[in-house]
Order: sequence, then structure tokens, then C-alpha cells
Amino acid sequence: MRRLLPLGALVLGALLPLAFEQYKLYVASLTLVYLILAIGLNLTLGYAGQISLGHAAFMALGSYAVAILGQRGLPFEVGLAVGAALGFFWGLVVGFPALKVKHHYLAMVTLGFNIIVFLVLRNWESLTGGSFGISEIARPAWGPISFKSDRAYYLYMLGWAAVVVTSAYWILTSRWGRAFRAIRENEMRAEVVGVSLRNYKLMAFAIGAAYAGIGGALFAPLLSYIDPGAYTLDRSIQFLMMVVMGGLGRFEGPFIGAVLVTVLPEILRASEGLYLIIYALAVILMMLFMPKGLVALWDRALGN
Amino acid sequence: MTDFIQLLVAGISIGSIYAMTAIGFVLLWQTSNTINFAQGEFVVLPAFAMVLFLTVFRWPFAAALLATVLVSTLLLGFLVKEVLVARLLEAGVLPLVIATIGLSLLIRYSLQYFWTPLALPFPPVFSRVPIRLGTIVLSWEELMNVLLVGIVIGALQLFITRTKLGWAMQAVAQNRTLATVLGIDVSRLVTLTFVLNAALAAVAAILIAPVYLVKYDIGIGLGLKAFYAAIIGGFNQIRGALLGGLLVGVVETLAAAYLSSQFRDAFALVILIAVLLLKPEGIWGVKEEWSS
Repeated sequence: MRRLLPLGALVLGALLPLAFEQYKLYVASLTLVYLILAIGLNLTLGYAGQISLGHAAFMALGSYAVAILGQRGLPFEVGLAVGAALGFFWGLVVGFPALKVKHHYLAMVTLGFNIIVFLVLRNWESLTGGSFGISEIARPAWGPISFKSDRAYYLYMLGWAAVVVTSAYWILTSRWGRAFRAIRENEMRAEVVGVSLRNYKLMAFAIGAAYAGIGGALFAPLLSYIDPGAYTLDRSIQFLMMVVMGGLGRFEGPFIGAVLVTVLPEILRASEGLYLIIYALAVILMMLFMPKGLVALWDRALGN
Repeated sequence: MTDFIQLLVAGISIGSIYAMTAIGFVLLWQTSNTINFAQGEFVVLPAFAMVLFLTVFRWPFAAALLATVLVSTLLLGFLVKEVLVARLLEAGVLPLVIATIGLSLLIRYSLQYFWTPLALPFPPVFSRVPIRLGTIVLSWEELMNVLLVGIVIGALQLFITRTKLGWAMQAVAQNRTLATVLGIDVSRLVTLTFVLNAALAAVAAILIAPVYLVKYDIGIGLGLKAFYAAIIGGFNQIRGALLGGLLVGVVETLAAAYLSSQFRDAFALVILIAVLLLKPEGIWGVKEEWSS
């Protein structure tokens, strides 16, 4: 029962936006993209204890894969698969040298990676359209079934979100998930009992990056227009905040974080600068007083 | 050839500022296991303070400089150590890292939101009259940057190797538990390191401000390069950070001129990845034992 209740609430909550007006539906769709990215980052940061400040760059790989392959007439799903694969591949490339040393190096290497990807997107005009970006990105269609309308596309994204959530759940309850947790709790002990630290950390990071690729792929047709400005370091930091605020290394964490980070600005109606300041303060206060994240409140409410 | 020498000097000049920022970074890591992701903003905040004192309050240069160092050491030294670091030190590396990321955002966006999103001009500290050596044209700024950084780092090195307080710092860096047993007040030394770092950052701010202009977001690139410099040279050595800083400055200046100016910021990362693959402890670094 304790398991079914949140699941039921989740399904209901996920279907509720279908009744929303256009703008609110858009915000809900965006929340799904963020949720997928936050789940990926939570795997990397929350479970394996690796900081990635480059998730927006992996997201960009997915978005541009869909946009560029779409221009050449390939179906959306091919772009999505390529985007996820690119995320995974670059996750390995970036993670390999960084994880050779200490865990904090990854943060700076991914930060640099984010800056480089941004520069490439802006300067490789023949492929990416430079600062103008790529427009008229088509939404997927399966023969006669088209996901063109906002509601249909929301449902389509929901399907992928379900795939991501289920696969993440599966990974975390498998042998891998236990290894990830062992690494986070105590690196030395994990190594002593035979967990190959580096391989697991690398996998946790690369899978997180692949999820970011999927999130990015779904993001591109949502607006039908992308440009490098959407994949800056600030965006990466936003994902980090979602995971930290929701609750590091908790399966519920990204859900809380993604909803909070997209809905809060809508409620505050403040300028972007001000809510970035509020997030920054929230992160610091969270580390000081509630290091387990908002999910701790939920735990307290349920009484465990 | 003339171009090359001019670029080399420019690279060394900017590199020396990276080096100074990187050294503070290394000191913090050594004595308190703090990886300060706000290091770039630790330079930006004093730069804004200097603009405030110098161009808004119109104080004389020396008074403005003194006030800037004071503000920097109080806010970024004492306050950050007491409020954040002292409470999170025992929780391990990760929470402190996340907190400093939060701090960097807080400083960056507060400056943007409450002050200005625009770049503020900064009055030149040194004469703008060029120095001509044959066909080579150099600026006082470049030469004085290198000289000043050299003096500061020399003084720091003397402090660390020749004074009791400096020895205590080394002891804490090597083994915190043992240092406590020896009767060293570790907490006080951590405070000292934060104050030192803040003072170094304030000097770096005054040197870099005329080069970059004062803008809320210059800390991202600066902090990144300081970190790269520290890893490239060797994270546990002052001389490593010095070497790394100079290397990053020279390589990016030369590469921007000869290879691609659009990808200027990417070259430091390329050296970093090469170093991580070939000699992960850094060019001049020493392998570390398990420290967690």
C-alpha cells in the first residue's frame, strides 16, 4: 500500500496536465524534460557522488541530434537514439580522464566541456546554424498517428519519461545500484569488498549523460526551435540545484526538484536574476540545515 | 618574432594572475579540504568593491585598495569560513563543494541583479605609456603584473617556509589529526588560510580588472582557469600552481593568436585532459594518499 499510494499519485499527477490550458501544459512538458535530466544527474551525483556541471551540454547533444537528423528526413526516434548514444559516448570520453584521479575533478572537466560544447554550437555554423540555431523542428509521427498537438506530444514525452523512470529504477535496484551506493557511502570500503570504483563511477556518469541526451532530444521539438543559448552553464547548474533540493541519492528527489525548479519561478513571477539568487541561497541553506533535501520533509510527514 | 615575444609577455602576465588565484585555491584545499568553486567570484567581488571605493566614493587609490582588501578578508575570509566551512568541514568534501557552488551563484547573480549586468570600466593602475624595446612594444601593466605577483608569491613562500605559523600550516596540510595532537589550533589556521586566500584574491582582482573590465560573470572563466592551473601544475604544491597558471596563460594567449580566437577558452581544457591522462598528479605534483 505504501508503494501503491505514491505510484497512484504519480500517474494521476502526470495525466492532470492534459486538462491544462496551453501555457501550463507547456510548463508541465518542460518539467518532464527536467525530470529526465534530473534523474540522470541524480544517478551520477546522488548515487555515485560525482558532480557533473555539464549536463546542459549532454542535453544539447540530444537536441541537436534530433534537429540535425530531422532536417535530413530521419524520424525523431533515430535522433533520440543517436542523442542518447552521443551522451553516453561523450560521458565516457569526458569521464575517463577525470575519474582517473579524484572525484572533484569531474566537476571542473564537465564545466569546461559545457563551455566547449557551447562554443562549438555557436561557431560550427554549417551544422548547427550558429547563434541563430535551428528552427522548425518536427514533432514525431508514427505513420498516421501524429504527436503534433501539444497534448499528444505531452503524452509522447510522458511515455519516454516512464521509460527513463523505469530503467533508472531497475538500474538502482540491481547489482549496479548497490555498487553505486557502496561507492557513495565509503569509497575505500567499496573498493576493499571488490567494487571496481572507476568503472562504476564511469558508468554512473555515462548513463546520466545518456539520459541527458534523451531529455535534450525531447526538448527540441517542444519549442520547435533551439539555439546555443539554451545549453549554457547556468542550465547545468539549474539541474544540479534540482537534484540537491529534491534530495541527493533518493529516487523521489528528482521529481520534487524538477517540479519545484519549474513551478517556483511561475509562482514567484520574479525576474530570472532574482530567482537564481533565491536558488543559490536555497542550496547553501539546504547544505547547512537540510543536507538530505526536501525529500526529508516527505519522510517526516510519512513518519519514517 | 616580435609578435611572438609580445604575446609571450602578455601570456605570462595574465598567467601570473591565474597563478595567484590558483595558489589560494591550493592553500584552501590543503588546510581545509575545501574545493572552492567560488574562487572566481572571490576575485570578482573585490573588483566590484574596488570600483565602488574608487569611482563611486572617489577615495584615493591607497585608501580604496586598503578598504578592498579589508572587505575581501572580512567577507570572503572570516565570514565564509565561520558560516559555511566551519559547519560543513566534518560532513566531507561533497556538501562543501555544493555549498561553494551555491556561494558562487549567490555572489555572481547578486552583483548582476543588485548592481549591474554591464561591464564596468576600471581605471588603469599603471601607466598606459608603452615601453619600446626596438620593435617590441610592451606595456607597464604586463610587466608590473608579473613583478607584483612575483613579490606576493615570494612573500607567501617565505611566510610558509620560515615562520612558525607557516610551519603549522604545513603540518595541518600534511596531517590534520596529527597536527591537532601536536597542539595546533586547526580551526584558527583554517581561518588564517581563508583570510590569506581572500587577500590574494583581492590583489588578483586589482590586477585583472583593468585587463578584463569588471563584469559579474568574469569569475566563471577565471575560477575555471585557476582550477585548471592548480591541477595541471600539481594540486598539492604552491610552485605547481605557479607553473600551471603561467602555462595556461601562455598557451591560451598564443593559441588564441595563432590557432583560433573563438576557441580561446578551450585550450586550457585540452592541456588539462592531457595532464590527467599522462601524469594525473600534475606536472609538479606529488601523489596523494587516501585523504577521505
